[in-house]
Amino acid sequence: MAQLPDGDPVPDDGSLPAGAHEIAGKRGFGVYLHVPFCASRCGYCDFNTYTPGELGGADIDGYLEAVKRELKLAKETIAPGQVRTVFVGGGTPTMLTPGQLGGLLDEIDKTWGLEKGAEVTTEANPESVTPDSLKQLRRLGFTRISLGMQSAASNVLRILERQHRPGRAPQAATEAREAGFKHVNLDLIYGTPGESKEDFELSLEKATGAGVDHISAYSLIVEDGTRLARQVQKGEIPQPDDDVAADRYLAAEEHLSAKGFQWYEVSNWATSPQAQCQHNLLYWRGGDWWGLGPGAHSHYGGVRWWNVKHPKRYAERLGQGKSPGLAREILTAEQRETEDVLLQTRLREGLDTSTVDVSKVEPGLLEISEGRATLTLRGRLLADAVVRSLLT
Amino acid sequence: MPPTLGSNLPGATAPDAIRNFCIIAHIDHGKSTLADRMLQLTEVVDPRLMRAQYLDRMDIERERGITIKSQAVRMPWTIREGERTGEQAVLNMIDTPGHVDFTYEVSRSLAACEGAVLLVDAAQGIEAQTLANLYLAMENNLTVIPVLNKIDLPAAQPEKYAEELAHLIGCQPEDCLRVSGKTGIGVPHLLDEIVRQLPAPVGDASAPARAMIFDSVYDIYRGVVTYVRVIDGRIEARERIKMMSTGAVHELLELGVISPEPVKSQAIGVGEVGYLITGVKDVRQSRVGDTITINNRPAKTALGGYKDPKPMVYSGLYPLDGSDYPDLREALDKLKLNDAALVYEPESSAALGFGFRVGFLGLLHLEIIRERLEREFGLELISTAPNVVYRVIMEDGKEVTVTNPSEYPTGKIGEVHEPTVRATVLTPNDYVGAVMELCQGRRGSLQGMDYLSADRVELRYTMPLGEIIFDFFDQLKSRTKGYASLDYEPSGEQAADLVKVDILLQGEAVDAFSAIVHKEKAYAYGTMIAAKLRELIPRQQFEVPIQAAVGSRVIARETIRAIRKDVLAKCYGGDISRKRKLLEKQKEGKKRMKMVGRVEVPQEAFIAALSTSESPDAKKK
Repeated sequence: MAQLPDGDPVPDDGSLPAGAHEIAGKRGFGVYLHVPFCASRCGYCDFNTYTPGELGGADIDGYLEAVKRELKLAKETIAPGQVRTVFVGGGTPTMLTPGQLGGLLDEIDKTWGLEKGAEVTTEANPESVTPDSLKQLRRLGFTRISLGMQSAASNVLRILERQHRPGRAPQAATEAREAGFKHVNLDLIYGTPGESKEDFELSLEKATGAGVDHISAYSLIVEDGTRLARQVQKGEIPQPDDDVAADRYLAAEEHLSAKGFQWYEVSNWATSPQAQCQHNLLYWRGGDWWGLGPGAHSHYGGVRWWNVKHPKRYAERLGQGKSPGLAREILTAEQRETEDVLLQTRLREGLDTSTVDVSKVEPGLLEISEGRATLTLRGRLLADAVVRSLLT
Repeated sequence: MPPTLGSNLPGATAPDAIRNFCIIAHIDHGKSTLADRMLQLTEVVDPRLMRAQYLDRMDIERERGITIKSQAVRMPWTIREGERTGEQAVLNMIDTPGHVDFTYEVSRSLAACEGAVLLVDAAQGIEAQTLANLYLAMENNLTVIPVLNKIDLPAAQPEKYAEELAHLIGCQPEDCLRVSGKTGIGVPHLLDEIVRQLPAPVGDASAPARAMIFDSVYDIYRGVVTYVRVIDGRIEARERIKMMSTGAVHELLELGVISPEPVKSQAIGVGEVGYLITGVKDVRQSRVGDTITINNRPAKTALGGYKDPKPMVYSGLYPLDGSDYPDLREALDKLKLNDAALVYEPESSAALGFGFRVGFLGLLHLEIIRERLEREFGLELISTAPNVVYRVIMEDGKEVTVTNPSEYPTGKIGEVHEPTVRATVLTPNDYVGAVMELCQGRRGSLQGMDYLSADRVELRYTMPLGEIIFDFFDQLKSRTKGYASLDYEPSGEQAADLVKVDILLQGEAVDAFSAIVHKEKAYAYGTMIAAKLRELIPRQQFEVPIQAAVGSRVIARETIRAIRKDVLAKCYGGDISRKRKLLEKQKEGKKRMKMVGRVEVPQEAFIAALSTSESPDAKKK
């Protein structure tokens, strides 16, 4: 925790170098809002989130106030035009009431204005939403819900230390649709130690059965410093196996494509182009966004910065009239190109073949068509290797 | 002003007053500390300038406790007690290198002395290398004074080890002196005894000069400094000297004695020990064991015992970063100036790029050179598994000398000869079985076995040197909980049933892993390396077969399965920086990858696969 930030310092007023303003604005603008609260911490999670006991005196009211201050600072710092996408992530955004979430959305709208038809997503835990709260969120302007389902198998949920019952996530998804959400995502995790092939197939079955238009599926990563990592280290839980993860991924592709989903990013599937998450696409296409909240990352015109992590420290900095930015990096042209390749490789829309040397990639991993290079199914599982071949 | 040398000035000291001695001791048995006390007692070092291990010059010597190059220190001493009190003498303490690889250098240092102090740790007893050097001293007819050191230690058992020493050199236990280099107890008495017990040097002062070189050190400011012991005649400053092995004549630029800083002098005579500087820049021009004479009145015959150092062990040294190759060459050229035994020539390896095949006296010599290259020259190196020199006789009678497995001939082979050594192992008798098992497994044949004391045994084996350089020492230590010690010396060669094992990655031989092994061990070597590589080489985007083969016959096979997943599932806003940085790091990492065909092999895999389990530190004890 005492690690020094590995970037340059952010000026107290949060101002950006002049060059950033020239580069920015070509690929759309979004807002990310980080809600750093959780009722309890799941064993695998290394996100920047805090249970009530870990807040050290910070509270939701102070947080809301600080976010408003950061928005004010942001307005003075950049002039991005209207907001195309908003994404509220966590933590558990639904630790805030729909009214509080709606209030922050209003503030964002007041700051820059939301584009007509803007995508406004919030993450939610299945156990912390009700038909009623979902209806309120919809009414307050949210257009998309992303629910952390992870698995339909209770043994897997137990290892992950998720609190919800196995059937609750698909049920919440149905409730969201009934509340008027056209776009609902379910997140799945595969490759959890102890998860059988059947467990994962059941999860896919239940997820697609809930009538959602988007599914994200991630292989479980044992992140350093998590409770899961300690359990793995002690040998209480076996290390997830990459070959098993590869099998699960293939199963996901097979099941999802049979149910009308198509991959558009390595870990994301949607039933139509409209169902794709516009906010995440903005990340992957190198767009600009302001990340509000403790620990949030921002990118604007080739500058990446990230806020102090603890809500208390975050609120203090803003209370003192200072930028909450902990550190930043100003990307060189070469670094921006590197990022473009590493992000675009992961997308089905793929890479412009005139910008990369596809001959450096092992045969069978890329498919070339109409000037675009797209990962094959095997290539998707080796996407990082493909990026390395292209860039090193 | 240099400290006083007493009334006995160099060049004007009667042989009767001179005592030349060396200290034979195992590493860690306290030789350097005892030498420190002697320097203080004889007052040749200004107390303000005294430091621990005064005579050890190189960092490596100090850290590893190994004396690599010897020195000779002249110290005046007046007998303090007992009979002959007040008699003045000049002591020349000739330091000897303390390890098995330098047996020849040790033998020359011993040949410069009339006596030896056998220094043994009173808590540990004698070790194999000390024993070997003791035998060498006895062969050279040196008078041996047995001394037990560290008697201040609570664990000291002077009675027990005095028995052992008495048994070894044929004296009475009470003849063993007892000292503590640390506290200084017993050291004045030891100096007295050196004068009383050791014979004075004998030589013909009027004969043409003959002086034996017992060490030769390169100094960047002064060129080669040569240490000599005068046997006959006299060497005077400003004379032209002649190296008797080559006939080369050099101007004498400086002559002097070490005490322990250099003190110039006009001459050195019979029995004296000193240094000389001629301006040569390479120790090869002033070789240990050679005889120096005066050019205008040369001696007719050289002193006996001169030998050219012959490398016994070869290893390929490669820079990790190929662009360091010129630096490696330059570094070797520099080290060579000070190391007449170091030989090397450029070689290239398909897997490792450009490097050098380097010949060493033995494993320790290899470790020292490697460490100096890395430490003093900042080079990062890969070294291939060391091998010995094989003499391969083809069926058509042609003979090939193989110093690198890749030179092993492919045609019809008649006979292969490998070098052998006489190995001595000292072990507590509890481990005799384990040691015998190990030696027999390494094709050793037992030559003899003696009890040094009730619980310590000396085992003598003849073994192929090739078996010793492959982690034998580590095995010996681990099977005897660190108690056994080892010494060996070359003992000729023998014909053996040897084959070359190649290791193939995706059908392509990796020259760095080829090894010449006994036929019966080919399979074990092949499976061991193949299994090691399977663990060490990361899975590639395609399947990689690893094979071990003798000729075209595959004797072991492993497969590295193709990697199926190499993607991090998540890549959202906050992950992008991290991912890019990882990629930048991997880019750097890729420079450290060696390509074998299409297979990317990390340097670390090469290093790990090439290392026997042996670590350099293991040889300290």
